[in-house]
Amino acid sequence: MSIGHTLLGLLERGPRHGYDLKRAYDEHFGHDRPLHYGQVYSTLSRLLRNGLIEERGVETGGGPERKRYAVTAEGVTDVAAWLSTPEKPELYMQSTLYTKVVIALMSDRNAEEVLDFQRAEHLRAMRELTARKRSGDLADQLICDHALFHLEADLRWLELTAARLTELGKRVKP
Amino acid sequence: MSELASESSIPGWVGGRELASESSIPGQPLLSAISMSKSFGPTEALTDASMSIAAGEVVAVMGPSGSGKSTLLHCMAGIIQPDGGTVTYDGRDLGAMPDGPRSALRRSEFGFVFQFGQLVPELTCVENVALPMRLGGMKRREAERNAREWLAKLEVEDVAGKRPGEVSGGQGQRVAVARALVTGPKVVFADEPTGALDSLNGEHVMRLLTEAARQSGAAVILVTHEPRVAAYSDREVVVRDGRTRQLEYAK
Repeated sequence: MSIGHTLLGLLERGPRHGYDLKRAYDEHFGHDRPLHYGQVYSTLSRLLRNGLIEERGVETGGGPERKRYAVTAEGVTDVAAWLSTPEKPELYMQSTLYTKVVIALMSDRNAEEVLDFQRAEHLRAMRELTARKRSGDLADQLICDHALFHLEADLRWLELTAARLTELGKRVKP
Repeated sequence: MSELASESSIPGWVGGRELASESSIPGQPLLSAISMSKSFGPTEALTDASMSIAAGEVVAVMGPSGSGKSTLLHCMAGIIQPDGGTVTYDGRDLGAMPDGPRSALRRSEFGFVFQFGQLVPELTCVENVALPMRLGGMKRREAERNAREWLAKLEVEDVAGKRPGEVSGGQGQRVAVARALVTGPKVVFADEPTGALDSLNGEHVMRLLTEAARQSGAAVILVTHEPRVAAYSDREVVVRDGRTRQLEYAK
């Protein structure tokens, strides 16, 4: 997750100070990991240094003075470039699980059990996400669905591998 | 891990007993099958398959196509007789019961939801849901009033007067769920209930099915090959090559 781009995107809705930005970020994206103030201010100072945001006045009130920040034209271009660049698909080619299965087969252990332990753990995680989804709002549902589809893909792999254990056993332990 | 490994290889009661002792579900399972076998001609569909379900529990039966999961469900529901093994419902041996009483038991205690084609096309949706109560001798008016209540619970009260051919797949499945639950069954057998639906509709049906079953205290045996559907259950039983595996969960 690029915090810098996300903050720039939030600033496109209008100038804000750091505390406001943190609140907006946490509300929409910080479900599991809210931002630390340190992260907010270090990111803002980097964006400022790179000319992607600028200071736009100081808010004075009862408390300490707070600087307001606005996104620059360069910042807007940067957000546009970020949005139109696809994320690299995450390929787990060096899967620990695959290694465990092969090691189990090579050492005459029960590889099906290795797969089933993982299967149970994946389904447990899916149950938790499903429960959270049921009690959550649309944002929760979409975030949980993203995780659920990934876990489901893993489970399909576990199932397929379970069906091919005999074949795989012959390959890795001729 | 090693303790789990040895336990998970024991067919049968392990999952149910563990669950019962840890979650205050009363001791005995409501429905249990022990060491069932079933062949269709030369094809062995089930070999030493066992599973049990406690009152109010939702158990997913998972496995690849042709693994025997539907056969397992049909045997547990008393629709087909296993060649070997026993199925016990509430202390009664289903295999030892004559056809008549077994059918009566199925009608009064069990509910069914399948993937397709279970609604009577000539009847309206409310008549479909009222059907099991009418077969049980209830007056039309009362049966249809109950049916409408269930259609409302399943959020399809607006299709009450339509025939199954005039409603969407998701609506039709929700009508089928209402019909399965309307008689207050103790066990609902659901065989790929979302198999013909897209993800969004499938999840909606699953949410309503499990919520309605939990509210009415019905146990659900849910046959599915979709992990996201199985995630609505309390635990799962995996069927591979006609054998059951009970999975244990790390706490």
